[in-house]
Amino acid sequence: MKNLKNSEILTFFSDPKVLQPLLSRLKDKLSGLTPKDRIRILEFCGGHTHVILRHGIDEALGEWIEFVHGPGCPVCVIAQSRIDYALSLAEREDVILATYGDLIRVPGSNGLCLQQIRAKGKDVRIVDSSLTTITIAKENPSKKVIFFAIGFETTTPHTAFLAKRIKEEGLKNLLIVSNHVISTEILDYLLIKGLKVDGIIAPGHVSAIIGAKPWEELSFKHQTPMVVAGFEPFDILQALDHLVYLIKEKNAKVEVQYKRVVKPEGNVAAQRLMEEVFEARDTFPWRGFGYVPRSAYKFKEAFSFLDAEAIFPCQFEENTPKGCLCGVILQGKAKPWECKLFGRACTPKTPVGPCMVSNEGACLAYFKYRMAP
Amino acid sequence: MCLGYPFKILEVTSPFTALAESKGVKKEIYISLLPEEVKPGDWVLVHVGFAIAKVDEEQALQTINFWDEELEKL
Repeated sequence: MKNLKNSEILTFFSDPKVLQPLLSRLKDKLSGLTPKDRIRILEFCGGHTHVILRHGIDEALGEWIEFVHGPGCPVCVIAQSRIDYALSLAEREDVILATYGDLIRVPGSNGLCLQQIRAKGKDVRIVDSSLTTITIAKENPSKKVIFFAIGFETTTPHTAFLAKRIKEEGLKNLLIVSNHVISTEILDYLLIKGLKVDGIIAPGHVSAIIGAKPWEELSFKHQTPMVVAGFEPFDILQALDHLVYLIKEKNAKVEVQYKRVVKPEGNVAAQRLMEEVFEARDTFPWRGFGYVPRSAYKFKEAFSFLDAEAIFPCQFEENTPKGCLCGVILQGKAKPWECKLFGRACTPKTPVGPCMVSNEGACLAYFKYRMAP
Repeated sequence: MCLGYPFKILEVTSPFTALAESKGVKKEIYISLLPEEVKPGDWVLVHVGFAIAKVDEEQALQTINFWDEELEKL
């Protein structure tokens, strides 16, 4: 086996000398398929959408493959009612609202975002780790610190860990709103609702936590092959190479391409932590999808004392920004350029919907890699 | 949020934390979510402050070698 330095391992996965022959081989395989139409491949994760567009993989393979962009963008799928809820919490004088970066630029129904509320003098903090909120809470004993937690299973354990620390330390002024959503449930829902794809690139980092098994059930149920992929251009091309083979063989199974990070069983310690702290909600609103049963997490009884929703219930109705297709795009039913606002009223500087805000949003990907001069 | 970055462990600073580096940026990260122990020199995948998985160097090399051989056949 080759003895490569760490830096060489890292560059291999984006080395054009490696990618070119891999791409040619893939094109040969695709040419041999001779399907009536292009094959449709869903990449669940918005991180994958960005890699595919940044490296022009969609254009290089456009003759054979249509990429359907999925709902795996945690900022994008937060329902408008939940954004309005975050804004209402941030407006309170007795509250410091803490959340992860991208969310603060998503406009609420009144057009204002958390960033603008902060500019008006309200206390909104961006944290780069859930545990930073503990420091904020300790430094501000007279305020209620509310962590507006978002994310798929990739960040759910982080919030579970925080919840346990709050309990252990007996902190009284640190609360959490859980907007944690379940990737397998939304993919199942999407396919039940009739989204037709030939193969799926499954999310690599969600799978680092949950493992490959949950995808196997879905793959079998919907008779659709899936490959769990990493986030370098090599990873995408190799995943497509596997997928095209599975599609050709009509073999609805799951393969893990991202073996350097994803174990078949996932991260068992993180799974246990999630199970200890969270349980499925009866239903939860998603942008574009409406209410989806058992698709998100709430705190178990033992942690209900830190659930901000028990004290300040969310009472907002769904209200999609006029003309914004973000919700439709998240369901794989439209492409960003089909939105009348795209690149005109809606740009990264003046986003109307979250798909133009988030680094995992499909609209931002098309704006950055297809529109910019 | 789902964008994770590989970091190299420089020093394990407590049972919960480690000093790690990625592309010249040094950062304190939490290692409490990992099911296995880490030591200096290990690579981990970091998501919003926490390492969520150890990057398996052996597996990375296997992938590389497999493809080197495959591509030589072309």
